[in-house]
Amino acid sequence: MHYSALSLFRNALRGHKAWPRQWRAAEPKSSYDVIIVGGGGHGLATAYYLASKYGITNVAVVEKGWIGGGNTGRNTTIIRSNYLFEESANLYNHSLKLWGSLSQELNYNIMFSPRGVMLLAHTLHDVYSAKRHVHANRLTGVDNKWLEPEEAKAFCPPLDITQRARYPILGAALQKSGGTARHDAVAWGYARAASALGVDIIENCQVQAVRREGTGRVAGVETSRGPIAATRIAVAAAGSSSLIMDMADVRMPLESHPLQALVSEPVKPCFPCVVMSNTVHAYVSQSDKGELVIGAGADQYPSYSQTGGVQQLSQAVEAICEMFPMFQRMRMLRSWGGIVDMTPDRSPIISITPVGGLFVNCGWGTGGFKATPGAGDLFAHLVATGTPHPIIAPFALDRFEKGKMIDEAAAAAVAH
Amino acid sequence: MRPQPPPSLTEDIVLLLIPCPYCGPRAEIEFRYGGEAHLERPKPDCNEQTWAAYLHSRHNARGRHAERWRHAHGCGQFFNAVRDTLTDQIEVTYEAGQPSPLREPAS
Repeated sequence: MHYSALSLFRNALRGHKAWPRQWRAAEPKSSYDVIIVGGGGHGLATAYYLASKYGITNVAVVEKGWIGGGNTGRNTTIIRSNYLFEESANLYNHSLKLWGSLSQELNYNIMFSPRGVMLLAHTLHDVYSAKRHVHANRLTGVDNKWLEPEEAKAFCPPLDITQRARYPILGAALQKSGGTARHDAVAWGYARAASALGVDIIENCQVQAVRREGTGRVAGVETSRGPIAATRIAVAAAGSSSLIMDMADVRMPLESHPLQALVSEPVKPCFPCVVMSNTVHAYVSQSDKGELVIGAGADQYPSYSQTGGVQQLSQAVEAICEMFPMFQRMRMLRSWGGIVDMTPDRSPIISITPVGGLFVNCGWGTGGFKATPGAGDLFAHLVATGTPHPIIAPFALDRFEKGKMIDEAAAAAVAH
Repeated sequence: MRPQPPPSLTEDIVLLLIPCPYCGPRAEIEFRYGGEAHLERPKPDCNEQTWAAYLHSRHNARGRHAERWRHAHGCGQFFNAVRDTLTDQIEVTYEAGQPSPLREPAS
């Protein structure tokens, strides 16, 4: 069903009881052209672009839990592309361009809100670093602007730019075209659009083994719902990617760490944009429901527990309260953790692998949500054609052997 | 139903309390994580794949994991621990240089 004002009106007349399921609950077939492992935003976007751009519709997305239940539903929904290095800026900017028209393309309101992402500079070093980003971004055609403290306050009135502040604000870098989107809707929108094109979305289906032919090529997967054959397997399993790759005897340069976020009680609109601060490690925005959405730091040790240390949460909240004293009396409603797969250079891996027919999209660490449309599009291109698109060529798995790292570790907006 | 007593330090140690082999159980914030334990440095004449694997490839185990910790704000010593990465429970800690409890002893 096409969603429109008319369909809303018709269903309202019927008491909203006749809305159809948004995507089919598919039973696994015995074989597919492509199996995508992982039903998060990245996996579902890959399935959608495989079907819509490359005509490959005999595709299964297998998900061990429910779609969008991993990092897609656990992140702080920040979207931006002002990365330092040209390779990263190209990749994230490709994604940012797709975000703008995604609601129309999917016929699904993903609530993309380009309200601006502001990175605060508290020290002279921050100022140099942020200006370096702004200049680098200008050369790659990425939107990013330096703001003096008064300009920053004009854009984001809650900022305290007086010298009394515990963390004085010396300026900020603003990507006005960045913002937020409704994370669940991104998964649901891609799932609905992919399902309509013939993709099978199979939930509660855990991959237990990767089957290989005598030549070493992949032949399919064993799952908790039986074996499924396929000649191409695309892994987009975020924190569990290295476990799936291990089943195909590929050892990955990945470590999975807990990363936590929390939301406050909902209040009236009071915070106009996304604010990030590297120095005090805090990032905050206000959701359309009115909750403050706050991201904490990653824990130092790898873990699959989907929790994390309480000190990470308290550190983030303390920093927010120091920067925005008006939030000091707010109560926090919920906190949760995701499992983020970190690479040594903190840049993602979208790559062919030493195993024929096996492709991988992982290593997005703490910042994969913003890349969902772009990564899905380019990963679909890789799976469909077998050759990497020029934008993802630098993000191949063999860069660690060649020493061609894309070292965003020290250059990300917040250090993890 | 009576509430369960708190787990004793010896049988059910969660990550927030890490048993340093030299100082005893201390809070996690006193420690720095030191990465996967028992990585063997290859010889200098090894090929690039071997060297890259040593530098970057990790087990990233879901379950029992041998790892290094340093009691940075305590005795300063490095030691090893076996931790379950699913529950964050530390099974055992032992001195650096001792063989991994996860590995079968060579016959």
